[in-house]
Amino acid sequence: MRSAPPIDAFTLRRRPPQEKLIDIGFRQLTLVLAASVGIVLLAIFLTVFSGAKEAMATFGLKFLTTSAWDPVNEEYGALIAIYGTLVTAILSLFIAVPIGLGTAIFITEDLIPSRLRDLIGLLVELLAAIPSVVLGLWAIFVMEPAIRPFLSLLHSTLGWTPFFSTAPQGPGTAPAILILVVMVLPIITAISRDALNQVPIELRQGAYGVGTTRWGAIFNVILPAAVSSIMGGVMLSLGRAMGETMAVTMIIGNSLNFSVSLLAPGNTIASMLANQFGEADGIQVSALMYAAVVLMILTFVVNVLAQWIVRRLSLRY
Amino acid sequence: MSFSTPPTTSHFTERLTLHYDPALKRNRFNQVANAIAAFFAALAVVPLFLVLIYVLIQGGRLLSLRLLTELPPAPGLEGGGIGNAIIGTIVVTLIASLIAIPVGVGGGVYLSEYAQDGWFSKFVRFGNDVLAGVPSIICGVFIYSLIVTTRIFFDQSFSAMAGGIALSVLMLPTVIKTTYEGLLLVPQEMRMGAYGVGASRFVTITQITLPAAFTPIATGVVLGIARAAGETAPLIFTALFSPFWPEGLFNPIATMSVLIFNFAIMPYEAQNELAWAASFVLVIMILGANLLARWISSASRS
Repeated sequence: MRSAPPIDAFTLRRRPPQEKLIDIGFRQLTLVLAASVGIVLLAIFLTVFSGAKEAMATFGLKFLTTSAWDPVNEEYGALIAIYGTLVTAILSLFIAVPIGLGTAIFITEDLIPSRLRDLIGLLVELLAAIPSVVLGLWAIFVMEPAIRPFLSLLHSTLGWTPFFSTAPQGPGTAPAILILVVMVLPIITAISRDALNQVPIELRQGAYGVGTTRWGAIFNVILPAAVSSIMGGVMLSLGRAMGETMAVTMIIGNSLNFSVSLLAPGNTIASMLANQFGEADGIQVSALMYAAVVLMILTFVVNVLAQWIVRRLSLRY
Repeated sequence: MSFSTPPTTSHFTERLTLHYDPALKRNRFNQVANAIAAFFAALAVVPLFLVLIYVLIQGGRLLSLRLLTELPPAPGLEGGGIGNAIIGTIVVTLIASLIAIPVGVGGGVYLSEYAQDGWFSKFVRFGNDVLAGVPSIICGVFIYSLIVTTRIFFDQSFSAMAGGIALSVLMLPTVIKTTYEGLLLVPQEMRMGAYGVGASRFVTITQITLPAAFTPIATGVVLGIARAAGETAPLIFTALFSPFWPEGLFNPIATMSVLIFNFAIMPYEAQNELAWAASFVLVIMILGANLLARWISSASRS
């Protein structure tokens, strides 16, 4: 080897033109692919808005406050669906947030051996993987018959309040809320778990050092330190719950009559779209598109708010 | 004054012991809170077991070769299978993957390797988060208006292609995010080393950076595919449904998720049973993919 003729190692190699071309071409290609996100998003907004234009012109803002849904007389108002979307999403969070947060605390603090903690975490993540339509099937044939006696009890004891004023008879808003709880629980648990894991160990040590108990540390130090990510996660789940379609469609009853009672059949924007969009025509398509616009704005606001909360509420420790 | 005489105020004698005293208010509160957290954790796991048990029992009962190879029966008739829906789910998910994976990986490469931290990359990342939050039914409405009603594919309305494209819109944000985050984890020294031996940008990315980030990207992609395979809402008015074997990419196609939806709300026992059977096959496929993703990410770590 040593006797080999000296090669001119210090002359810079000129890059062949095709190599330059590939480099520039690849860069431009990835740029276009990255831009496709914006293009798709814009296309979604434009398509749905342009489809809704006719109904917007015909019904105006009255669409949001009236509850007529009458294809024969071409009268449309989305109040039932908007009300149902908000009520199911918000009430399901009222149940899911304490359970999810409690689970997250249980599997991040050292209450049980770490192997068991990982197992519970894995099981909750697998619950998130079950398709919504399978949960819907389960809700129809297993959950709803199983909880009906309990709902009947609610009706007979609390029937004097408007929220439980109708007798449960199969599909309804209450079972839909429960299946939504099952669907958002894994999201809340996973995000809260990450948030709690990211709290610096020094904060815990400091809290225990001044002599607090486990739950004293959790309530006064750890949860306040993690509150921004947890709130962000809750908002994200709210967006998910509002847009969730299949399981809710299968169990909510898709009623076109307004009822305050949680035990009566209801409707949501997403389930209305799933049910009617395929066979609608004329102004009904446009009215459904208008409802889709409302749903899109709702989820958009909630998602942006979630990102804003994470940025603004984060404690500086 | 000796040490053995404690302070005379009774208040102090009680408080000064260092032994754990379960009767103290704060310790009792601790016990109650522990129990509540444990109860909530149990409550969070129960639905998974209940769903899995019912799907495995109700669906597993019907599992046979006939189920996997035959067409569903006409309403009111017995027997039959879900063969066309299994093929349909694979076809539609494959179309979605073939679109979303190249586009998503490319977009992720741009964000992590080329983009300066300017308005464009901020906008793309923000847009990606917004796109991830768009309800899946809206994706269906979008593709319905864009492809189904305009009949741009050979004058066909509902088609497997439209369903696959709708699912790809749903997969795209996941693939971009995992690619971007996976590439950020690749140490800068590897890129420097590649440039140092004279590799071009293109060669560095395709030969060094992307292979180094293979594990997180593959994990994210497998999870994205699993999620897409179970999606129903974007398919009900794009891919529609078909009681027959798939007739090419530009005709309506049956998928397991739409089959479950359609058959669950039918008043016929045979159809309801097929819905359970399809759930069984779908859940096994999806849980299998999830465990595969978990295995990919743990195999590289050890």
